[in-house]
Amino acid sequence: MASDKTGSNGHEPHTGGVRVKRGLAEMLKGGVIMDVVTPEQAKIAEDAGAVAVMALERVPSDIRRDGGVARMSDVSLINEIIAAVTIPVMAKARIGHFVEAQVLQSLGVDYIDESEVLTPADEEHHIDKWQFDVPFVCGARDLGEALRRIGEGAAMIRTKGEAGTGNVVEAVRHMRAVQGGIRRIASMRPEELMAEAKHLGAPFDLVQEIHSTGKLPVVNFSAGGIATPADAALMMQLGCDGNFVGSGIFKSTNPEAYAKAIVAATTYYDRPDVIADVSAGLGKAMPGLDVASMPAGELLATRGW
Amino acid sequence: MRTPAELDDVDALVLPGGESTTMSRLLQVFGLEAPLRERLAGGMPTLSTCAGLILMSREVLDGRPDQIALGILDVSVRRNGYGRQVESFEADIPVVPLGVAPFRAVFIRAPLIEQAGADAEVIASFGSNPVAVAQGPHIGLCFHPEMTDDSRLHQLFLDRAAAALEVSAA
Repeated sequence: MASDKTGSNGHEPHTGGVRVKRGLAEMLKGGVIMDVVTPEQAKIAEDAGAVAVMALERVPSDIRRDGGVARMSDVSLINEIIAAVTIPVMAKARIGHFVEAQVLQSLGVDYIDESEVLTPADEEHHIDKWQFDVPFVCGARDLGEALRRIGEGAAMIRTKGEAGTGNVVEAVRHMRAVQGGIRRIASMRPEELMAEAKHLGAPFDLVQEIHSTGKLPVVNFSAGGIATPADAALMMQLGCDGNFVGSGIFKSTNPEAYAKAIVAATTYYDRPDVIADVSAGLGKAMPGLDVASMPAGELLATRGW
Repeated sequence: MRTPAELDDVDALVLPGGESTTMSRLLQVFGLEAPLRERLAGGMPTLSTCAGLILMSREVLDGRPDQIALGILDVSVRRNGYGRQVESFEADIPVVPLGVAPFRAVFIRAPLIEQAGADAEVIASFGSNPVAVAQGPHIGLCFHPEMTDDSRLHQLFLDRAAAALEVSAA
């Protein structure tokens, strides 16, 4: 089956094509997508100006603390969150768990996050995302990983960072890796592209596309460790298109205020006066973890390839 | 355009897609609503698409009670009236001022124009509902003309904006 379903040119309405999938992510650019575990939290996120919410069972810092197997959220909970808000609702499926993704699509979620925050269901293969009408966002630590996911049909990328730590260092590392990889390809001579595709483990046609356009073909948000308005603005100044904020909002001492401040800092990311203003009197940010001292087995970003 | 000073610098404005509730909140919190209403009252031309159309409308159904309807376009719109993302679609649609060749229109969680009043000229429909309206210096679209390479609607906006600005300058 052709991977790009936009090829049709009839008068019949055509759903599930690349343009509408990538297009929704375009509409979220410049915004904040917030992790929520209840309909009440979803309302708080919407009230604060979130462009979408991510429905999940536990925020990453709780998944990290509790251990065990983290799966797709409870179906009733997702339904309640969909009913509670008018903005798009995203939900997480385990890496490679295409049946969780089928279920989420049938519930009518607007985007699926094939996420390393949940326990992977397949350590070799990600979901074949071309088979779905619902669009997917996937995590990536560098350009090669981003292009492999786009090759599998992801319509949006987020850099992984290290979820649930409140530590922005991995988000910065991954965003710099993706942006640096793009600049490197853009500066190459055409005959160097195949070797670069081999080096990255990335589809050749996507490497060629980046060489000619100088950018990813899909929107790229940052994620994994954003805990303050300044963190959110940092990621925007590093060139991301928007922010996912997980534990950073509902593990702070004042979620309403943090949510509003992070939305404002993402919009006015180049205005330190605004960031200062919205950061005043916020209360305590979520507690942070030192990623460098964590055992390798506790890192979520290394799940998936 | 994110500040009153940036608004001062423009002659005509595109109100793009996005989440209308988010835009509405940022307009209110960062002091843009009043200056924007003032410029619109002064005849600033606009092209509004999707969420932008919702902001420009007279009435919003299924929105949030506190969301802004600027009341410039004489239309009543239903937020997400075409359904959720899996129902987002594209289709070839004839647009009256563009002549015979249809326009590939991309609808993403699009608003539905339930009713267009006498002041809004319907320039395109899909099924029984209007999807594009023109009213004085303003064009409002349910779909996203920027998602394809076809720039005819942008050109139409520029032509109409230039004509409107020439009249107001004279």
